[in-house]
Amino acid sequence: MESGTTLSAGMRAERRLRPSRWTELRRRLANMVAMTLISLATVVVLIPLGAVLWYTIGEGISGLTWDFFTHLPTPVGEPGGGMANAIVGSGIVVGLAALVAIPIGILAGIFINEYARARLATVIRFLTEVMLGLPSIVLGIFAYAVIVKPMGRFSAYAGAVALSIVMLPIVIKTTEEILHLVPQHIREAGLALGIPQWAVVVRIVLRAAARGIVTGILLAVARAAGETAPLLFTALNNRFWHAGLDQPIATLPVQIFTYAVAPYDDWHRQAWAGALVLIMLVLVLSILLRLVVSRTTFDSEQ
Amino acid sequence: MTAPATPATAFPRSSRFVLAQRGTVGNAVFFSLCTVAGITVLVIVLAVIAQLVADARLSLQAFGIGFLTSVTWDPVAEQFGALPFIYGTVVSSLLAMLIAVPLSIGAAIFLVEITRGWTRTVLSFLIEALAAVPSVVYGVWGIFVLVPWLLAHVAEPLAERWGETVPFLAPPAIGPSMLSAAVILAIMTIPIITSVTRDILLAIPRMQREAAYALGSTRWEAIRIVLGSGRWGIFGAMILGLGRALGETMAVTMVIGNDPSIHASILQPAYTLASVIANEFTEATTPLYLSALVEIGLVLLLTTLVVNIIARLLVWSLARRYRQA
Repeated sequence: MESGTTLSAGMRAERRLRPSRWTELRRRLANMVAMTLISLATVVVLIPLGAVLWYTIGEGISGLTWDFFTHLPTPVGEPGGGMANAIVGSGIVVGLAALVAIPIGILAGIFINEYARARLATVIRFLTEVMLGLPSIVLGIFAYAVIVKPMGRFSAYAGAVALSIVMLPIVIKTTEEILHLVPQHIREAGLALGIPQWAVVVRIVLRAAARGIVTGILLAVARAAGETAPLLFTALNNRFWHAGLDQPIATLPVQIFTYAVAPYDDWHRQAWAGALVLIMLVLVLSILLRLVVSRTTFDSEQ
Repeated sequence: MTAPATPATAFPRSSRFVLAQRGTVGNAVFFSLCTVAGITVLVIVLAVIAQLVADARLSLQAFGIGFLTSVTWDPVAEQFGALPFIYGTVVSSLLAMLIAVPLSIGAAIFLVEITRGWTRTVLSFLIEALAAVPSVVYGVWGIFVLVPWLLAHVAEPLAERWGETVPFLAPPAIGPSMLSAAVILAIMTIPIITSVTRDILLAIPRMQREAAYALGSTRWEAIRIVLGSGRWGIFGAMILGLGRALGETMAVTMVIGNDPSIHASILQPAYTLASVIANEFTEATTPLYLSALVEIGLVLLLTTLVVNIIARLLVWSLARRYRQA
């Protein structure tokens, strides 16, 4: 550059290859357009969340009366009444499902991470992912076939079986992932002290992973509490308090569905109120979950 | 060979032979319990498939392969064909993907490449919250808010403007329709596609971006290189979303109109595999009717199974490649 009179071959080549001003402009324009579209997409993605929350709160809040939580549904045409039986029913069915899914899920998570040979662990981990993607309505058909048909009637038990299959892979997956994060030296320290392996897992590793496992349980409960499809023909529905766990039982999601597709305004109001209860429950659980997760850290050095 | 590597934190190999160790009963008992629980997953997946095959046998024998190609769904005459439901499921899910994929990839790029710190945390949380909203709540919102809005602001204008020339948009535009179902499915699959894509973008080494910037790339050019590296994983994320859309039941049942016939126009009602099970299972009075519904469940199960397996393999193989790199 300093002499400026004769260009070396290299410099000539560089000048030829240097992009023209138009290319520069086009690149910058493409960048701007892409950035705008990307930001726009993010905004659009969040609009439905805002809209769902806005309408559910707006339409549902007026239906959230004391009666809603304490009264049985009224017959068609008679205003008032509530979803007390459905709220309790949801608690019972999800509770029963959790009783089955949580212990099995945690043990299976332990098996994958602490015991299984690499290949078997991979297979089970893969099946867990696959199970996570099964349509929940198909699990309803399964529970119908194995519980409702032999028993001869719809029941809380059948609903619980269907929901436990929904919950199981979630519990397994989070347990296994969190156990994977527990540093190896904790196990080695336990074993070095002569503690049997099962005690190392139960008393040391599980304790270290407790928060993460709680996360998985919350996640599974939140998911199960909102499930409708697998309950339609297992727990069915009930206009009254349930007459035992081997009898049909009302649940909140099924009740919301029934009310929403019926042609009565009063029922629509109640469906909105039910939706509000459900969405609040789920959001509270997810926020709780965030708090739990954000505090789960292990020292990163292995 | 596409699965992730052995967990680095597993017990040393020698200690896996628990029974050979200083034999404590506790080890044996606990090991057995865990093994049984671990095998449960395998048992359940196989049992679900076996049970559905067994219960669908009546219908399988009665209609054979014609079940998949017949358009007649007549419970009274006991003639059952699944084509209208297969059509409804496939078309609504693909339309949903058309809407969801570009938006999800955009949002994932925004989360990974553009924001950091607390904005990223908050946005991630909001998108996860979107995934946590129960299907039936989307359904209620769909019936009372989305369907009327789509009819007035999208479907009717479309039918008026293009209805004559484009058969997909032929009038009359009806509220509960394929279009409504596609939109609600898009909303419900966006969170999963976004979060899986985000994880994939995060897994791609920083060096790729730094190399691109060092060569004078604009931000978009650097992102395109990263997208190129992650393309199979992102494809997996799409398929995962598709699997979710295919099996989605309640929200779709509430907005699709539940009409067991095939309309070319997406502005008219349709029916899906999952919806027909949800609506008719308790009404199925004859063994053949019930069996036909179970066979529909079986079709749904096998389809989602295949789709999910493909998606997981794609996502896993990508994650694995970069973990080892």
